[in-house]
Amino acid sequence: MSLDAPLDLLKLNLDERVYVKLRGARELTGTLQAFDSHCNIVLSDAVESIYELVDGELKSTEKSSEMVFVRGDSVTLITAASDDE
Amino acid sequence: MSDFTPTNPKPFLGELVNKPIVVTLKFNKTQYKGTLISTDNYFNLQLSEAEEVVDGKNKGKVGNIFIRCNNVLWIGEDLSAKEQPQEKPTTDNAPATTE
Repeated sequence: MSLDAPLDLLKLNLDERVYVKLRGARELTGTLQAFDSHCNIVLSDAVESIYELVDGELKSTEKSSEMVFVRGDSVTLITAASDDE
Repeated sequence: MSDFTPTNPKPFLGELVNKPIVVTLKFNKTQYKGTLISTDNYFNLQLSEAEEVVDGKNKGKVGNIFIRCNNVLWIGEDLSAKEQPQEKPTTDNAPATTE
């Protein structure tokens, strides 16, 4: 198993909890089931947080899903999930 | 004959591996400062000990991160980390004056 490319290192996070930052002030935390070279990813037991400004106040909405597919083009960042996120 | 040798993007990034770098994203005035671990043909990036800086404000450590290539505006060596390991976000935007 080669581990010298950025995407290869994502392999180390397979079956682990990951935090994914998405375009449009959205973030997801879930268990990484699969990913590909486009950063299309499948997460299980995922929680999505959506942040928006409503009348100048930051409002966050949470959505849970058992299994979710994320299209790679909306992904900005992937990291191992820490408890405070 | 000129002795100009161009530095191409890929060798340039190769030189930055294991060095502190700054990655500025196209969106949300976000920067990531960390040590470059690896890059690939798309210039996807893997950073370790990364810190998130949004609009000049340090948002804290985010650790080992993967940045998808399409979000990157530019990548450069983190010169502030070189001079002083304990860097501070600079808010000094005043133009330099000459005497």
